[in-house]
This record gives sequence, structure tokens and C-alpha cells, in this order.
Amino acid sequence: MASVYGNDFGARAETSSDEPQSFLDLLAGEGRVEPRDEMPDAYRRTLVRQIAQHAHSEIIGMQPEGNWISRAPSLRRKAILMAKVQDEAGHGLYLYAAAETLGVDRADLLDQLHDGRQKYSSIFNYPTLTWADVGAIGWLVDGAAIVNQVPLCRCSYGPYARAMVRVCKEESFHQRQGFEILHTLSHGTPAQRAMAQDAVDRYWWPSLMMFGPPDDDSPNSAQSMAWGIKRFSNDDLRQRFVDMTVPQAEALGLTLPDPEIRWNEERGHYDFGEVDFTELFEVIKGHGPCNAQRMSHRVRAHEDGAWAREAASAYAQKQAQKQAEKQLVRTEGAA
Amino acid sequence: MTTPPSSSSPPLRSSAEQLGRDPGRPGAGLTAYVLGLADDALVSAQRMGWWISRAPQLEEDVALANIGLDQLGQARTLLAYAGEIEGDGRSEDDLAYLRDEREFRNVWLVERAQTDFGVAMARLLVFSAWQRELYGALASSTDATLAGVAGKAVKEVAYHLDHASHWVVRLGDGTEESHARMQAALDAEWPFVPELFEPVDAALVAEGVAVDPVALRPAVLARIEAVVAEATLAVPQVAPAVGGGRRGLHTEEMGYLLAEMQHLARSHPGATW
Ligand SMILES: [Fe+2]
Ligand SMILES: [Fe+2]
Repeated sequence: MASVYGNDFGARAETSSDEPQSFLDLLAGEGRVEPRDEMPDAYRRTLVRQIAQHAHSEIIGMQPEGNWISRAPSLRRKAILMAKVQDEAGHGLYLYAAAETLGVDRADLLDQLHDGRQKYSSIFNYPTLTWADVGAIGWLVDGAAIVNQVPLCRCSYGPYARAMVRVCKEESFHQRQGFEILHTLSHGTPAQRAMAQDAVDRYWWPSLMMFGPPDDDSPNSAQSMAWGIKRFSNDDLRQRFVDMTVPQAEALGLTLPDPEIRWNEERGHYDFGEVDFTELFEVIKGHGPCNAQRMSHRVRAHEDGAWAREAASAYAQKQAQKQAEKQLVRTEGAA
Repeated sequence: MTTPPSSSSPPLRSSAEQLGRDPGRPGAGLTAYVLGLADDALVSAQRMGWWISRAPQLEEDVALANIGLDQLGQARTLLAYAGEIEGDGRSEDDLAYLRDEREFRNVWLVERAQTDFGVAMARLLVFSAWQRELYGALASSTDATLAGVAGKAVKEVAYHLDHASHWVVRLGDGTEESHARMQAALDAEWPFVPELFEPVDAALVAEGVAVDPVALRPAVLARIEAVVAEATLAVPQVAPAVGGGRRGLHTEEMGYLLAEMQHLARSHPGATW
């Protein structure tokens, strides 16, 4: 699977043999595929799955941070956090809308999330145990999301690429806010500093896992690259994230929990330790600390809201009917 | 209107004194009035925040977050102003996080936990209709700061009222089930309406600083009742709740709300965030 919120979904690869010439020409010219253009079914299915899983990640991602809205330690932080979680809902909206241009609908995609047929990024199956986790998520998780998503702004599918442009602008704001939370904590009291270090200790490795399995284990990428959906390999993106983050950790005065991190003059990159993917695969399989909780929260919200959604559509139907009746009376009156 | 700062550190207060932070002090009436408005907005925002990730649809997560953010913004400006008038150097965060339950002056309408979307919309209808009239009148307060806050807030709460009205109408005139649930929600919130109209400091009203809540009653009820009628619902006939929020008397649920909201800030005295 190509790069999404994280690359860790492990979905199966699709390949395509029958590709319309107009589609191949568009790709060759780095043009954008638009909803009305001809496209191979496999390309369409891959995009639907990727965009849907990305959208699901945005809305499930509201939960770990939403967990701290009621407890934010200052009113300013509360306002920033509410706005951030609201942005994530907005990202979900843009992305479901982008998926709908491919001929699916949001309600159906949500059903697939709720019954487990579609996944979301595993990073959101980790708990937010302290206020510093809100900072760590902003800094590391939104930071990793940016590295994954900036290349998607050039994705071959127009609506997805355009949604990503809007999303990325907001994600970089989120990342700065997260950095600022951690900076304040690491320059605060000893207890605050310890809280910040603990959060970074817990979120560092899961953030690296957001880029998905190593390239050797990621046979799906080739097709997505050929389709212009994916631009860089998992390992390249992971390296880019590490290179971006190490100097920021130094600026924060916090230690990344990897003794092998050091600048490699020859490569022009930071070396870092090997990621233990066995944990990621356990979390993907549903054994993470919060998988069941995240799903039951989402399903409950959906089920508890069913009556209101039904009422809204019943009301809309009644109004449409009234409108039609009025129209009829007017036409008959004129005749 | 300003108050000279107190010259000496205050002695230990009895709980009765704490309620009004020395009710005899000049400006104490205005501080209490502003805190009432601030606490209504703050506590309402705190309850609204619960909905983000729990709304019936994604658009509603966004809308309720918007409304909560507006309310929080109003609360912050008003709390900062209350701290300024009080003159003890208390910041918006000191007032939000370090006051005890008996010092909060919000009405009961906003403080009770709610997990039903119909209840949330019934409450928002009542609260925003009231705030719409209140801020509309307060925009011409003789107190320039209050007039400024109200002038900005009145546009925000007009949107809240519009949003709540749309939902109450859709739920009331939707399905049989939603009609029954919306009526029940309205019935549940209705006992908390009269507290909004309890009189405030008469001197402040006479000076044109505060708005007389009693005078707002007809217009507020007219707004609500128009929506209730369009929603094919009935205006509830229920006895009013006791109330007492403006005097620092709250429901038992208020303590839990504050415990959750204040816990982290209070666990790290003197820390900045
Ligand atoms: Fe996002
Ligand atoms: Fe974000």
C-alpha cells in the first residue's frame, strides 16, 4: 500500500494489465487524473482504499488528543487543542469527499471502518497518558504525517492531491504546536521535563513505524509508484523524518530513545537503530493498547447518532415533498 | 470601571466571604457579574468539548467544536476582565483553574453532563437564545470593555442559535422517534430556563453597565417558542429547578466537571504550560 497517514496498513497490492492509453499519457506527462477521466479499475480501487484509510486515520486520530480537551492545563492550550482536533475532523471531511469522487460514499466507507474491513493508522492505538503526549503526537505523529503527505500533494489523482495541499498546511501548524508544548515542558519544572521525556520515549518508535515495513518487505510499493500515487519508498521517507527530527530534539533538549542515532558524514544522513516491527504487526493485528477502545468509541458515536441522522433525512424528505406540492399547486394555478 | 488593588495580603477568608471575594469592596458587584457571564461560557465550552469525536456526523464534530471554541473565547476575555476589575492580579487561568466550586457563578443550565444529542441541542437552543439577547443588549453597555466583548460575541451566538434551531426543527419534525426524543430533551432542560432570568445587581443595571435579565425574558422566550413551534414540539409545562448558580450553589455534577478540568493545572502549582 502506498503512503497514507502512515504506511502501516499492510494492504495487499493491486496490479493492472489493462490501462487505457489516455491514462498512460496523463501519467507520462505528470498530468492529473480527474474523476471523469478513464482510469484502470485497479487504480481506482487502490485509491479508494488508500484515501478511505487515510480519512479513517484522521477521524480516529481525533480520539487520543480529544482525550485531553477536558483536562488541558490552560485555557489557551485548551483552545489550541480543540481547534486541532477540529482540524482533524475537517481533514476527514476533505478526504471522504475526495474518495466520493471515485464513486463510493462516505456512509459505506464508515461501515467498512466500523466492521473492520478497512483500517486506520496504528499510531492511534497508542494511549495518551499524560499532557506531554499531546505535545509528542503533534511534534512526532503530525511530523511523520507531513513527511508522508507532502509528496501526496503531487499525487496523480487530482482530488486527492488537492485535499493533501490543504491538509499539509494545517499539519505543519499542528507540528509546530506540538513542538511548542514540548518546548515549554522541557523548560519547565523537573516534573514537566520528565513528563516530556517520557512522552518522547514512548512515541518515538511508534512514529518511525508509521512509515511502514522496510522496503524489502514492502512489495506493494512498485505499482503505486508507477501510478504516481507513491513517490518515495518507506525507508526513504523514514530517513527523511529522522533527519528532520533529530536536530529538533536537540533544540528541545530532549533525548530520542535510540543510542544508535548519530550523524553519518559519508551518507549525509543520520544513522539510527533498527525498528522492531514485531510490535507494529501485533498492533495492526488488533493487539495494541487501544484498538478495541478506539473502535468502540467510534462505533458508539455512530450508533448513538443514528436517530439524529435519520431525523435529518426524514425532515429533508418532508421539506422536498412540501416544495414539490407547492410547485404543483402553482403550475396548476397557472394552467 | 476599575478598582484599586488591595493594599495588604488578604487574611484567611470564611467560605461566605470567598463567594464574593469581599462583597463590600468597590467593584465586587461588577466582578461577580462578569464572572457569571464568563463561567456560563466556560462551563458550556467544557461540556461542548466532550462532543468532539462523538457527534452524530463529522460535520457536527466540526460545528460543535466551532461553537465550543467561540464560547471558550468569550470566557477567556471575560475572565481576564474579571481578574482586572478584581485587582488581585488573578489571570484567566487562575480564575478558571484555582477557584473552588462554591466560587463559580454559572447557571445550572450549562453545568450538567449530557450525552444525548437532543439534550445538547435543546440546551444550546436555550443558552444561545439567551446569550443572543443578552449580548445584543450588552453591546450598548456603558462599560466599554463589556460592550466590546458583547459586540463581537453577539455575532457568534447568532450562529449558535441558528445551528441549534436547525437541529431542533429537524429532530422535532423528523421521525416519530426523534420527535419523542427531542420533546423529552426539551422537557429535561426546561426547568433550568428560569434561572437565566434571575435579577442581578440593581446598581449595575441602573448605571447601564449590566443588562437586566428580567427584561430579556420575553424576547428570549419568543425566540425559543418560535423554534419549538416550527419543530412541531410543545413548550414544556414543568416546575423550575431551584437554581442558585449565581450564588455559587451548584448541582453535584459541577464538582466532577471541575475536578476533571482543574486536576492537571492544580497538580503542578506555579508551572506554566
Ligand atoms: Fe490531519
Ligand atoms: Fe494533524
